[in-house]
Amino acid sequence: MPPVVYAVSGGVSKFAKARPDKTFQAIVKEAYDYAIRDIGLSFERFTELVDGSVASYFSDHFQRQLMSGIMVQDYLGLCPKPSHRVEGGGATGGLCFQEAWKSVASGHMDICVAYGFETMSHVETWKGNEFIALASDVSFDYPVGGFYSGYYAMMVTRHMKEFGTTVEQMAHVSVKNHFNALHNPYAQKRQRYTIADIRSAPMVAWPLTRLDICVMSDGAAATILCNEEGLQKLEKAGAKIARPLVRVTGIGRGTDAMRMADRPHVDYDTFMQQYATEQEKSSDETRAYYRTLWDKGFRYPGVHSFRAGRTAGNQAYKHAGIHDPLRELDFVELHDAYTSSEVQTYEDLGLCRYGEGGAFAASGKAFLPDIDYGLPLPDRPVCPVNPSGGLIACGHPVGATGLMQAVFAIWQLQGAIEKHFGDDTLQIKNARRGAIHSHAGTGTYVSVSVLERES
Amino acid sequence: MTTLPDQRPESLGGYIVHNLPFPKVLNEDTLALLKQMTPIQIEQVYSIAYLHSYGQDSPFFAGLTNGVLLGSRDPQTGYTYANPRGHDMITGEETQWVVLPNEGTVHAFTVCYFGSEEFLPECPFVLALIEFEGANTLFLTRLLGVDQASLDWIGMKVTAKYLRNSKLKPTDVYFVPRE
Repeated sequence: MPPVVYAVSGGVSKFAKARPDKTFQAIVKEAYDYAIRDIGLSFERFTELVDGSVASYFSDHFQRQLMSGIMVQDYLGLCPKPSHRVEGGGATGGLCFQEAWKSVASGHMDICVAYGFETMSHVETWKGNEFIALASDVSFDYPVGGFYSGYYAMMVTRHMKEFGTTVEQMAHVSVKNHFNALHNPYAQKRQRYTIADIRSAPMVAWPLTRLDICVMSDGAAATILCNEEGLQKLEKAGAKIARPLVRVTGIGRGTDAMRMADRPHVDYDTFMQQYATEQEKSSDETRAYYRTLWDKGFRYPGVHSFRAGRTAGNQAYKHAGIHDPLRELDFVELHDAYTSSEVQTYEDLGLCRYGEGGAFAASGKAFLPDIDYGLPLPDRPVCPVNPSGGLIACGHPVGATGLMQAVFAIWQLQGAIEKHFGDDTLQIKNARRGAIHSHAGTGTYVSVSVLERES
Repeated sequence: MTTLPDQRPESLGGYIVHNLPFPKVLNEDTLALLKQMTPIQIEQVYSIAYLHSYGQDSPFFAGLTNGVLLGSRDPQTGYTYANPRGHDMITGEETQWVVLPNEGTVHAFTVCYFGSEEFLPECPFVLALIEFEGANTLFLTRLLGVDQASLDWIGMKVTAKYLRNSKLKPTDVYFVPRE
């Protein structure tokens, strides 16, 4: 039997453009203390019981402080317990969550806390973009003027040319996620937009406008994971842990070349063998669909798709026993640093086939029921994507983002959205299983984790 | 008619400060009030000069200064990278240098209206990924001589041009539409 790992609690600081009121350590403590309070334990009691931690932040550059992780460990009173820091670009938080899972699943720890943060306001916005751009090849890509909005925009132009994806389809993602965030008090941006608003915003990198792109933030998040022994220890100490319990049932990761230019363009057989989902492989109609794409010159992954995301999704689904993610997942919190990357990720995660992401974005299937988005959506919601508002609306303090997704997923599965948001609009009725997806760079590291409510 | 501004732009810089207000008398009450202070924010400037080595990729930059675009090829499989790559990602074997053609095709592009702080003065500029006959991967570069962004640029035939006064940067080569 695979080891059982429970995700019992979480906390998130309010994501904001800037948090000059507190140092990074104190911002993490907000999220950490919230997670402990939510299970009704005292700080001292939890500190006695927790076995260790994993720390998550992306860039030393933002605070000009090396080894920030140990400074947080210290401030949280966790020394001398074991800890290590994880870094994986934009996937840092998701990887941190999985490292905490590993600590528990391996039996190394019974109770592990994963905390993450970023304080991106310590430099001016375009210097911040420059720092992030240093997470691309500094000899060949950065010096050409490469920066992340530019890289993603190049992927978009290829996706549009290959598949006919439109900017209006991508804009549906921005409208959806901003509307959802209206009901999320932790979100940095809570605005009503129309497709026209998205398209008339200032152009950043053609065809992506400012409203197609997430914002930089200061923020932190924390989650508590434990095994059966850890659960018993916590409850024996007086912790009140919500039932039904939430388990982590699927873990997947993938990687790809830092330089998009170096990514391969594989043939149909290689794609079907190494990258197609189980569902795609088992459908004659889909096999024929992809055959037609390849006959027209399509190759994979090129620069239009993320094989790291596809790899991570396939691995997580296999682990969790998922065959039809669109129907077997009740929601997905995915890494929508760009509206276009949400569209691409629909395809990578098998919510739709490659080439259908644009139509899927505008279909209604990824929207929430009971919210009037002001859009003519032909289909009913099937699997809400980014019910929290995603990165586009919540913000993206890099080291915290993947953990924020985990916390929101835990609260969805606990049926506790109203408790934490003060508003149950974003609560998916009877949510049983969800996925969180964390993504670095141009798809260099991707993590997918599946969380499930015990029946 | 020029429109008058309706707000003042934000910027760094200002007066140097040598002292801040602080309670003259320190007691339990005034010390407790310190918790209500808004934060102090200071400017700290930090600059570094790196001695960066191009290592095994160095011939690529020497090539650019001589008007030659080099790629890397696995000697056994013939898999060719349009970026320097010392070892093949499939076989693990050391690659050989090969000369790439100066003619290529636009595979993807964008027009950057903003960018990293270092490149803001150059905005707008066009980034493009170029495909070459005989190369399996792409090359990231600047595209000049184009106007009015359009998906029709994908598939455009382009030609390499080289700076006379090289900077030992990848922008020593750039591409323009082929006549």
